[in-house]
Amino acid sequence: MEMTDNVTGAEIVLKSLTEQGVEVVFGYPGGAVLPIYDSLFKQNSIRHILVRQEAGAIHAAEGYARSSGKIGVVLVTSGPGATNVVTGLTDSMMDSIPIVCITGQVPQHLIGSDAFQECDTTGITRPCTKHNYLVKDVNTLSSVFHEAFSIAANGRPGPVLIDIPKDVQFAKGSYQSSKETKIDSHRLFEPKIKANDQNIEEATKLIANAKKPIFYIGGGCINSGPKASKLVTKFVEETKAPATMTLMGLGVIGARNKYSLGMLGMHGMYEANMAMHECDVMVNIGARFDDRVTGRLDAFAPNSKKIHIDIDPSNINKTIKIDVPIIGDIESVMNQIFSSWKNNNYKSQKEDLIKWWNKIEEWKKVDCLNYNQGERSIKPQHAIKRLYELTKDKKTFITTEVGQHQMWAAQYYKFEKPNRWLTSGGLGTMGYGFPAAIGAQIANPDSLVIDIAGDASILMNIQEMSTAVQHRLPVKIFILNNEYMGMVRQWQELLHGGRYSESYTDSLPDFVKLAESFKAKGLRAKNVKELDDVILQMISSKETVIADIWVDKEENCFPMIQSGSAHNEMLLNKYQKQDETSAEKGKVLV
Amino acid sequence: MNKSVYDSPKQVEDINRHILTILVDNEPGVLARVVGMFSGRGYNIDSLNVAEVNNKNLSRITIVTHGTKEVIYQIQSQLMRIVPVHSVSNLDKEDSSVEAEVALVNMFINEKNKKDAFQICDLYRARKIENENNTIIFEIAGTSQRIDTFIKDISKITDIEIVRSGPVAISSTQKNEEEE
Ligand SMILES: Cc1ncc(C[n+]2csc(CCOP(=O)(O)OP(=O)(O)O)c2C)c(N)n1
Repeated sequence: MEMTDNVTGAEIVLKSLTEQGVEVVFGYPGGAVLPIYDSLFKQNSIRHILVRQEAGAIHAAEGYARSSGKIGVVLVTSGPGATNVVTGLTDSMMDSIPIVCITGQVPQHLIGSDAFQECDTTGITRPCTKHNYLVKDVNTLSSVFHEAFSIAANGRPGPVLIDIPKDVQFAKGSYQSSKETKIDSHRLFEPKIKANDQNIEEATKLIANAKKPIFYIGGGCINSGPKASKLVTKFVEETKAPATMTLMGLGVIGARNKYSLGMLGMHGMYEANMAMHECDVMVNIGARFDDRVTGRLDAFAPNSKKIHIDIDPSNINKTIKIDVPIIGDIESVMNQIFSSWKNNNYKSQKEDLIKWWNKIEEWKKVDCLNYNQGERSIKPQHAIKRLYELTKDKKTFITTEVGQHQMWAAQYYKFEKPNRWLTSGGLGTMGYGFPAAIGAQIANPDSLVIDIAGDASILMNIQEMSTAVQHRLPVKIFILNNEYMGMVRQWQELLHGGRYSESYTDSLPDFVKLAESFKAKGLRAKNVKELDDVILQMISSKETVIADIWVDKEENCFPMIQSGSAHNEMLLNKYQKQDETSAEKGKVLV
Repeated sequence: MNKSVYDSPKQVEDINRHILTILVDNEPGVLARVVGMFSGRGYNIDSLNVAEVNNKNLSRITIVTHGTKEVIYQIQSQLMRIVPVHSVSNLDKEDSSVEAEVALVNMFINEKNKKDAFQICDLYRARKIENENNTIIFEIAGTSQRIDTFIKDISKITDIEIVRSGPVAISSTQKNEEEE
């Protein structure tokens, strides 16, 4: 694109977005962004999805980004518009989702005067963005945009915010194409794409000599792109070692792959956590030793050598001491690892691996996900299992809210591919799932997109029903309705003597009527006989659907490593109790 | 070890003082980003210094902090995540560095303690700064340790009011990063 002179700031915004290949913007108008909305009105290449609350816009952008691998774009006004996206910015920062968020700001001469709808947006969002800008000169606007898009997607992805005072939106200036924009390399968090060869050699040697190896796979593999997941799977198969995935990493290795042990961590699989505890070589690929995964640190995989592959050096040695750090993009690191493995003619220790797998098979016999469905009321686990069985042959995207339903979804829904599972992992944001499903549906109009929700979480962004219906998005909301903030109730049962302080969700709406009032479809299953039929009706409908699934109210989510415990101290059912010292220490943890 | 919600494996590690010099783009908000990273993640700043370098587009931030090796590594890599940060060097690590700090000292001198006070100033090569109000103000430069002992000595003799700049440091083998 040529240099273009004498265009308004608002037009530059649209030109920049167009040049960056943006197809969709999620937003909500207001005084401080009216010029941009005016420019939006005059063009056809970018589609605007009007949400009903700005939180919905940014979670939708997250869902869009995660399900498509593209950058999610958000446009909101100053003041309350900006503060309403703070949760979503923090969420995408924690889960490394590429977002560009445009906020309007009061005109420059009013900045600092407590003007109407003024807030210090860059100040508020500094710690929850990868970077942010307050643009003071219209002539820098296009280069700021080009840089922002690079920063959002580059290295470890994350949110970038651009705050544009209204006078800058009206001012005329020149447009610079991205080609003409020079970005200093230090500003791009230039990660080592290629890792240090010596560390690669050390790593493959450790893996080849391991007696009890395990792969611990995280969301970084998904961020690195679909090729990374394929390479990781191939390497796991080559070594024949067991692999476990974090909440964020589900789908990197197909759930039905025989080397997959499923999810690890607080509500992870018994066999996965036990194997982590007993391994002698741990290969962390794109995970960050989150406290939900490690459990008590002094008892975390105590006899293991640890290899950690990550693009962000700050993740190395943050909480866990690493023996072989490998800093680089997973796709290229995996290629390096493969060549090293081949060049050295490495083979895994066959005999040892047989013993290792035998041990794992023993752990599997515990059958940690078993439950007793019975004939009448629906077990939440069973609801997810049936949902999986009835949707597994379609291209299905699952989003979730936060709570027990989220963990049951992670445990009982089997993900075969990356980018199909969208859940708020790091921040644990209730209200994430529904707008994220809207974003995923926009990016994948012909796919089945289901938000697995809890009755409390869904009310946090229920206003987006209106968005879904307006844009004819056949998103499905599958509520595991237990009339409780189930996960809170579970912790109160385990840690606070069963005093269910404020965790009962009283005065719930009639979800069927609620759906109907938005001109969407409402369905309900009250017992197990009705379940399959409701699921089938839901997935065959072309409308937005709320399926209200009445589940057992007091079911708890197991297995569970309670805070303060270690991987080998899992509780498998409600009859087991945490030992007292761990419980005392764990109580203060979240 | 480092930050986590869980107790770390018991390991006694030495906590040492470190001087970090951080070269940054000279743009609005950059100091807030750096300082915010320290406060947001619970690290300590013992002293802080900012000034433009030869090249007007860059500033150098000098921060004195303390922590174990792991904590300092973590601080360094967290700093490197900040977009306008060019480089972070830990000058103590290289031990071929020179540090200095400036202090201004206002002394409440009378005929009785004057001689002793001036003698100490002489010893430390503190320089008297003339000023319109004829108050007795000395300037002393040197390592923080040197200034500490000066304060200790002079305080025995007279009341003082003191302002310290916090140290800056330079690697004695430094390449000229500003000339890029
Ligand atoms: C915005 C927000 N507020 C509070 C919490 C704390 N929290 C975690 S789970 C939960 C209960 C969720 O209840 P529900 O959506 O009904 O799901 P369930 O656990 O019953 O499946 C709460 C309140 C949170 N994660 N997010």
